[in-house]
Amino acid sequence: MTVLAADQLVIDIPGRNSGVPLNLAAQPGQVWAVLGPNGTGKTTLLHTLAGLHPARSGRVLLDGQSVSAMTRKAVSRKLGLVFQDRQDGFPATVLETVLIGRHPWLASWKMEGAEDLAAAEQALEALDVAHLRDRLVNTLSGGERQRVAIATLLTQNPDIWLLDEPGNHLDLHHQVAVMGLLNAQAKSGKTVFLCLHDLNLAARWCSHVLLLYPGGDACWGPARNMLVPAALERLYSQKLITVEADGAPVFVPVR
Amino acid sequence: MPDFKTLRPLLWLALAGLLAMVVSVSLGSGPVNPADTVAVLTGAGTPLQQTLILELRLPRTLSAFATGGLLAVAGALMQVLLRNPLADPYVLGLSGGAAVGALLAMLAGVAGVLVSGSAFAGAMLATVLVFGLARGQGSWTPSRLLLTGVVIASGWGALITLILAMAPASRLPGMLYWLMGDLSHAGSPWPALLVLVLVCLVLFPLGRTLNVLARGPMQAAALGVDVRPLEWLIYLLASVLTATAVTLAGSVGFVGLVVPHMLRLVLGNDQRLILPACALAGGALLVLADALARVMIAPEQLPVGVITALLGVPTFLYLLYRSGR
Repeated sequence: MTVLAADQLVIDIPGRNSGVPLNLAAQPGQVWAVLGPNGTGKTTLLHTLAGLHPARSGRVLLDGQSVSAMTRKAVSRKLGLVFQDRQDGFPATVLETVLIGRHPWLASWKMEGAEDLAAAEQALEALDVAHLRDRLVNTLSGGERQRVAIATLLTQNPDIWLLDEPGNHLDLHHQVAVMGLLNAQAKSGKTVFLCLHDLNLAARWCSHVLLLYPGGDACWGPARNMLVPAALERLYSQKLITVEADGAPVFVPVR
Repeated sequence: MPDFKTLRPLLWLALAGLLAMVVSVSLGSGPVNPADTVAVLTGAGTPLQQTLILELRLPRTLSAFATGGLLAVAGALMQVLLRNPLADPYVLGLSGGAAVGALLAMLAGVAGVLVSGSAFAGAMLATVLVFGLARGQGSWTPSRLLLTGVVIASGWGALITLILAMAPASRLPGMLYWLMGDLSHAGSPWPALLVLVLVCLVLFPLGRTLNVLARGPMQAAALGVDVRPLEWLIYLLASVLTATAVTLAGSVGFVGLVVPHMLRLVLGNDQRLILPACALAGGALLVLADALARVMIAPEQLPVGVITALLGVPTFLYLLYRSGR
């Protein structure tokens, strides 16, 4: 179990003067949603947390150790990331793509063994893409590719899961299935950190919320404290109607 | 999974390479039948056959094998580095630099080792130029590298034309043969074969890491790869491979582009399999091409680059058409 923490962290967005420094710790068992309009730095924040993008100031800590001081290999054993867009330069099958997730755990000269293969096949089952096992990834639909990418992260099996808009391209059923899977992972001791555009997914499935405002303002806390109409209307500059369904608030934009 | 099934394609390619070599040393003016060839290679045979095969044809055949293997592996590496199946040491201007180096040496009237050395220096200079300029102020993207390489390659092209225009007529045939790739003046094949084997050994433990890099630098970094040092290493290895090949045989085009692509269509894109397969298939292809170059209009010889293009273009197009990917 690993704690992901931001210590006085200011992400580096070109052309932005300053921002509220982030001081937060995502604990095992928590599911964090990052909400904010386009261009506020949700993706940059995820990349910064993963150590793939330098911060303007402050530090990202994994169990108290600065990410920028760790080797990539050590980071990749604790923290994994599903990107918003993926490159499929060369054709590869679904199984090969998912097996890539074992890379951090294998010595460089070692071939993938039976255990790695079993982990990959379980991940394919969990994301409902086992029937696509031998298909080429570049022939799949957007939603199927998204599930393959999440299956790759499941195969990597880090303590910290960062996902950039995991609901993208997914149909309703698979959105619910993926959010259910992420919650189950959090229950088993993982920390999950997502960028989302869907307020209602955040309201139903996330324990904590971080709001990123366009000017660099930010606030964060337990979901029920953060998901209040006034804050969200200011966040998106959009009037909202709030109703309650199935024990969670549902936000509908005013026409 | 280094089981028999994954290794089988490599065994077949190794066999094909051996067969190609036996065919190649048997062919030529004064043909030797393959049974005698095998006899000579195992230490028997007549003195005439021994001289013909061991001193004349075998070194040339081994040179052809080394050149093909070097170019194919270099092409495969460049393609992973740039995540672009069109990348190739020739597209990036490495062979252009080598050609300018070699032609300048020929223009100055030197021969042999000095031409080779000058070609090697030209290839390495081209490498430094492309990488240095593509890096610019920080950002270092595949498309930028590819564009820089293409532009520098056309610069080399202009210099080559200029040298040809200025060269005395007596030197032109040698220059043209060098430009089209020619193995008849190849020196000892052993240094090149050694480079090929060494680079394959260095690459062997990097295979899976290269597979991860083929998914893009961000994904690779997220999976624990130190991307920048790895990219430098690949570029350096590919440059050394190319420089060694052009030093041996002049600019033989097409092998680095076509061999990796054909193998990927058939074998998939696992670098642990593709890179050794490229070394074997590239070698076998060039051995056969060189054998054809020697016998097609015998006693005259064709530059081997002509044959690789004439063989490669239709094969490549057929595979591409049939695969439907």
